[in-house]
Amino acid sequence: MHVVLCQGLDDGPDFLSEEDRGPRAVNVDLQTDATLQVDISDALSERDKVKFTVHTKSTLPNFKQNEFSVVRQHEEFIWLHDSFVENEEYAGYIIPPAPPRPDFDASREKLQKLGEGEGSMTKEEFTKMKQELEAEYLAIFKKTVAMHEVFLCRVAAHPVLRKDLNFHVFLEYNQDLSVRGKNKREKMEDFFKNVVKSADGVLVAGVKDVDDFFEHEKTFLLEYHNRVKDASAKSDRMIRSHKSAADDINRIASTLYTLGTQDSTDVCKFFLKVSELFEKTRKIEARVAADEDLKLADLLKYYLRESQAAKDLLYRRGRALVDYENANKALDRARAKNKDVLQAETSQQVCCQKFEKISESAKQELIDFKTRRVAAFRKNLVELAELELKHAKGNLQLLQSCLGVLKGDT
Amino acid sequence: FVTSETSSAPMMNLFMEPASEASSGPMVDLLMDPASDDLKEPPKPDINPLADIINDAPLSEVKTPVAAMTQEPPSDLFDDEPSELFAEPRQSNTAKQQQTSIFDEPDEDLFSEPLGEALKKPQNDVFKEALAPVAKDPTDIFTEEAITTLPSAVSTVSVNSKTNGVHSDEEEPDIFAEATVELSLDSPRNDRKKKEAAKPSASASAPSVSASASKPQPKTLEELIIAFHSTGDGMNAYMAYKVSTQTTLPMFRSKTFTVRRRFSDFLGLYEKLSDKHTLNGYIVPPPPEKSIMGMTKVKVGKEDNSSAEFVERRRAALERYLQRVVFHPSLLQDPDVREFLERDDMPRAHNTQALSGAGFLKMINRATDSLSKMTIKMNESDVWFEEKLQEVEAEDQQLRKLHIMVDSLVGHRKELSVNTGGFAKSVAMLGSSEDNTALSRALSQLAEVEDKMEQLHQEQAASDSFCFAELLADYIRLLGSVRASFDQRMKTWQRWQDAQNMLQKKRETEAKLLWANKPDKLQQAKDDITEWEAKVTQYERDFDRVSATVRKEVLRFEKEKARDFKKQIIKYLESLLQSQQQLIKYWEAFLPEAKAIA
Repeated sequence: MHVVLCQGLDDGPDFLSEEDRGPRAVNVDLQTDATLQVDISDALSERDKVKFTVHTKSTLPNFKQNEFSVVRQHEEFIWLHDSFVENEEYAGYIIPPAPPRPDFDASREKLQKLGEGEGSMTKEEFTKMKQELEAEYLAIFKKTVAMHEVFLCRVAAHPVLRKDLNFHVFLEYNQDLSVRGKNKREKMEDFFKNVVKSADGVLVAGVKDVDDFFEHEKTFLLEYHNRVKDASAKSDRMIRSHKSAADDINRIASTLYTLGTQDSTDVCKFFLKVSELFEKTRKIEARVAADEDLKLADLLKYYLRESQAAKDLLYRRGRALVDYENANKALDRARAKNKDVLQAETSQQVCCQKFEKISESAKQELIDFKTRRVAAFRKNLVELAELELKHAKGNLQLLQSCLGVLKGDT
Repeated sequence: FVTSETSSAPMMNLFMEPASEASSGPMVDLLMDPASDDLKEPPKPDINPLADIINDAPLSEVKTPVAAMTQEPPSDLFDDEPSELFAEPRQSNTAKQQQTSIFDEPDEDLFSEPLGEALKKPQNDVFKEALAPVAKDPTDIFTEEAITTLPSAVSTVSVNSKTNGVHSDEEEPDIFAEATVELSLDSPRNDRKKKEAAKPSASASAPSVSASASKPQPKTLEELIIAFHSTGDGMNAYMAYKVSTQTTLPMFRSKTFTVRRRFSDFLGLYEKLSDKHTLNGYIVPPPPEKSIMGMTKVKVGKEDNSSAEFVERRRAALERYLQRVVFHPSLLQDPDVREFLERDDMPRAHNTQALSGAGFLKMINRATDSLSKMTIKMNESDVWFEEKLQEVEAEDQQLRKLHIMVDSLVGHRKELSVNTGGFAKSVAMLGSSEDNTALSRALSQLAEVEDKMEQLHQEQAASDSFCFAELLADYIRLLGSVRASFDQRMKTWQRWQDAQNMLQKKRETEAKLLWANKPDKLQQAKDDITEWEAKVTQYERDFDRVSATVRKEVLRFEKEKARDFKKQIIKYLESLLQSQQQLIKYWEAFLPEAKAIA
């Protein structure tokens, strides 16, 4: 299986290379075809927003041109996602999860603190830390770009969603969509809606499903989702500690350097060499942490969101089932009383159709979800292992050569 | 001081020249017996050139029938002028050679020790391993002094040449200054540590065995192993440390012996050594700090990692402390050290308790000291000292910074270990709920890998702490001692200056009396002047002596520090290397599992 970015059938950039060149869709294995290709070709980070350049290549007749680009912001992505969710037609599909909001706060805060503390450290230390933080900022930036891209690619890959009108507007309309973020009232409404929904969800979940497949999926997804959530949180913590340790090694390296430059005795030369070694191993450690972040933490986060979306699908189906059963009961009652029978019949029909439609597509979606998940995990775990090995071997070599030099000197 | 002039000049050069060249000539004749041609190195720092400078009548001491001098009870040697340690050992050595009958006491062997160290130099090739660099240290100290006294020593030594030679053949226990002191725990780990301890000494003894084959002298190794052993219970419980010494040094009663010591005993030893030797500019290694928190936890019987770690850390620190003490050539001679190692029961060192009367006294002394330090503005004639002090202070600062960072690293690694463990469990759970069997298996394998990583990180954190952080902590404390020796020098300078001022005043008084024509008080004034003149000379000499000692000590300290740091850091890097190798193993085992997902 080959890894694909939404750039067609060619191989994406080498994920094992040092640099992350361009966006990457690491968490999904998508088959795209030439009819619709979407990617984010550029992105600009401004004070408190990020502007994505969404680039489309398509042979579909719906579009005026074959290739075009527009600039979109995060809120517009959310608008698109929400429009899918609210669309009854798509009730039977797993709606690709919305990309998380670009969050540069932590990074910005650190840069600010660094600026304030500039006086208290040496010039080298300052430049080093600044480079660190800038690299971190860049990494977060790349991640957010990737996640927005993945969302679009998923939509583009979905046989039904790709035809959505809103989606086409999103891709093509080269003026501002005037999508405003939800104001306070709407946010409150959302909040209440969620409360109601989750209460309802519990109710719905309680209803035993006749279909074994769905019953199994329900229990499975519930458990899986919770465990992925836990794993995701723990992986974040682990990686954060790893990064802190790498930072410490960085500072140790610079202090050793200072010690080493105080004199030119043997000991000082020794210190300089060790300082150099630590500099290099630190870079590798930082990369290890970054790669773990990409391959493990991001993977888990993504599937946390996807499993939530799958759960949502099941909820909608469950809701439809309940409605259907209620409609059946209503019909029976109507027939018994012989009142409004026709009305009851039509509503029952509607419910039945809705339910069956959802069930059918849901089944397929869930199977696809499973396949996608297994493939993504496989890809990422293999890459994780390979990267860990690569870095460990690099580290080992550094240590061996340094020890060789140091021991030879003494 | 005829010799003092001649000796001081060449002595300066000594610091630069390799001792062997200067000393090879006449010394060989003097001391070389055909039987002991390996003794190329004149073991004859017989006369201490320092003695020339320091003692009132150095040569005369040497020249006088050494018997006279050596008839003093050996304990005199350890009086407040440790400089004598250098002077007298050699002298009494010659005496010994002459009058072996008189000196049966084992203490005499102390005199031969420095000899032994000097003797070691020729063994360098044999001792290349761990010992050569070490061996050089003591010899450097002695050979520096040896050279200048050559001309003067010749006269006295020639008398003894034969006996010297013979004697050095048989009895020269070459004191090998590398004492491997090891504190080990009374547990299965103990055996491992003992074996590790045995290894460096084994490697040391191996060359010594072969050395003795090539040369009749047995090399002396001193090896200390310290184990701990808990006694008592409740809040009265205390940790007793078993100090086991293994030595062939003749100054000890037996070859191996073990004693029990408490932490306060170690502190007491330091107090005693410090009181005696710091005055003269020696750098006395400081013991680890008291820690009320740590010990209380242990006493209360809190069974957790932190208290076990604390105990181990303290044990290792005490071991290193003792090793440094016995490695110091002059301190090793101190009877307090011997008593500490040998004597079965020692009086409790109560004055080391923080809240004792002695403790308060110490605090007050320290306060006044620091106050006076601020007020003494020394007129530095030797820029070397000024530069060195600055270096020491800069280094202290950097080491402290480094220590804080390494501590932070240790903390983060421990955190990483814990978080990795948590993650491992989480992944295991995830794997068990995953319904694709291959993926499920791969996830549980991942959980196992992460579990092993947890262990690895834990070990790495321990290594960070024990190898690196403890090394830094030790040297921060040691630098404190170095600073103290510089301070001591300043104090002697101050005393000298004060005496000079006093002398000036007395002279003025005399002048005034002369002018006022008061003959009765005149005699008193003249007496005063004579008294103070003597004091000025004495104090000036003290100052020079202390300066020389400080300088020598600092050089020795720097060598030891360089060696220590290199050794420890290499050890630390090796542990890092091992971790990486383990890591590779684990991930290589995992990779096929991941690839097998379908």
